[in-house]
Amino acid sequence: MHSKRPSRLMRAEMRAGYGMIAPLFAGLLLFYIYAFAQSLYDSFTNKSSFGFPKFVGLANYANLFKAPYFYQALANTLLYVVICVPLVVAISVGLATLLNQQLRGRGLYRTMVFLPAVTLPAAVALMWKWLLNYEFGLVNDWLKMMGLAGVAWLSDPAVVLPSVSVVFIWSSVAYQVIVLLAGLQGISRSYYEAAIIDGASGPQQFRSITIPLLTPSIFFVTVTTIINVFQIFDIIYLMIPQYSSGSAASRSLVTYFFEEAFVKFHKGYGAAISMILFLLILVMTLVQMKLQKRWVHYDD
Amino acid sequence: MTNKRTGPLHALLILASIVTIGPFLWMILTSFKTFEESILIPPTILPQNWNLDNYRVVLAKFPFGAFYFNTFVMVGMAILGQLLVCSMAAYAFARLTFPGRDALFTLCLSLLMVPGQIFLVPHYDIMVRLKLTNSVTALWLPKIFSAFGTFMLRQFFMGQPKALDEAAMIDGCGFFGIYSRILLPLIKPALVSLAILTALSAFKDLMWPLIVNNSLNKMTLSAGLAMLIGEHTTYYPQVMAGSVMAVWPMIVLFLIFQNQFIEGISATGIK
Repeated sequence: MHSKRPSRLMRAEMRAGYGMIAPLFAGLLLFYIYAFAQSLYDSFTNKSSFGFPKFVGLANYANLFKAPYFYQALANTLLYVVICVPLVVAISVGLATLLNQQLRGRGLYRTMVFLPAVTLPAAVALMWKWLLNYEFGLVNDWLKMMGLAGVAWLSDPAVVLPSVSVVFIWSSVAYQVIVLLAGLQGISRSYYEAAIIDGASGPQQFRSITIPLLTPSIFFVTVTTIINVFQIFDIIYLMIPQYSSGSAASRSLVTYFFEEAFVKFHKGYGAAISMILFLLILVMTLVQMKLQKRWVHYDD
Repeated sequence: MTNKRTGPLHALLILASIVTIGPFLWMILTSFKTFEESILIPPTILPQNWNLDNYRVVLAKFPFGAFYFNTFVMVGMAILGQLLVCSMAAYAFARLTFPGRDALFTLCLSLLMVPGQIFLVPHYDIMVRLKLTNSVTALWLPKIFSAFGTFMLRQFFMGQPKALDEAAMIDGCGFFGIYSRILLPLIKPALVSLAILTALSAFKDLMWPLIVNNSLNKMTLSAGLAMLIGEHTTYYPQVMAGSVMAVWPMIVLFLIFQNQFIEGISATGIK
């Protein structure tokens, strides 16, 4: 009797364990694991909205690597990453540091700066589409008042990608500032007190204490921003009409995926695009994980 | 701290606040102008007379009542479902021993690496087979099984002292009782954080609602705005009125529960 007790308890624990993860795994199995396998399989078929999908082997991938649109979308996406990631990280580190100072009105500044984090991206796209409107937008009104010519921010192929980037940066800084502020508040005041005794100036403290001790949060912000930029879609979809002169120069991989899978209903081809996106994000994340050892300082 | 040096800091923060708030203010001001006034050059800053016509037109053409209702149900169900499903699994992963536990948890974590676009076509196919396309259920059903939510709550369960479980067990409490009556109340702040993160991501989602539901009455605020710009490309005062109606609920919630929002967003950075 006595020797049986642990094993009965262990069996009860096992039953409870499987029972309690069962609802999650039922959902993960259907909506994620099966769905992933389905998507992978679709990428080897000519699936569209009509007819039975036929297995076509690697044809979608072969077509993808021959399509100039794919290369353009890939190049645009990488350009978004190159423009947006450093700026989002730099601006959010700067703003978080400012908002961490003991200043009068700090609460009000924080509330205002945080607002884009809770704003619908669809609405962000529409307010900026209006601000950047060629004929009547406020930005061009200002340029004209200063005697300059208006710029076709959202339809000139030469400026549309930077315009989208500005809106993306505007909309994503707030969230990262909040994450970084939590990181800043985790830095012990004793480091700064010691530095002040040693006569370190504000900028010196920023460089030698704040930045190194904030690197875990900066790392997190960098990784999530890279992933978010790789999936940039909402702003482009709502600001740049599909057949406008600015669409080719602003099209991202996800925009391309959406157009193929849900506008033209080339679902097999779309699945192949999403698989390439997955591989890119996977490689980028793994590279980041490797590189972090060189510059991220963990306190404990 | 040193008062004489705060001038430039205030200047920078005021600049940042203007850059952030400016687009919101312009959206609100434009929404009260007539179309003719909105295209005046040089522009008027305040509306010549504050009229509600744009709101009337948009409300007449678009079922905003349904947009609010669908968004509310989607967000509410995603929160409830995720809190229930993820907290149970998180407790099991944090506290119970069973064969295959670590492998299953790793499998769950590896899903975090996969971009959501991969699942969209299969999700749509599943909804077709369940006859759920064009329904409010389709909006939230795939959102309740969250690998991230499970991971986050597991961290908080692991932070609770193990002695609590043992004491409860001696008192005759079962595993489910330990989870529901002892540990769940203790991690309430984490549950609030997860609720807020879920609300934000469900509220902001555009692509899924756009794909799965195509009748206006089953759309969310996000997808509804996409329809609005599709039809009224040039009538910006109306587009801005629609945008104002779409953004205010979450902004009001944020202003009321600011501390909880900040806690929640900060919790994404916890490793």
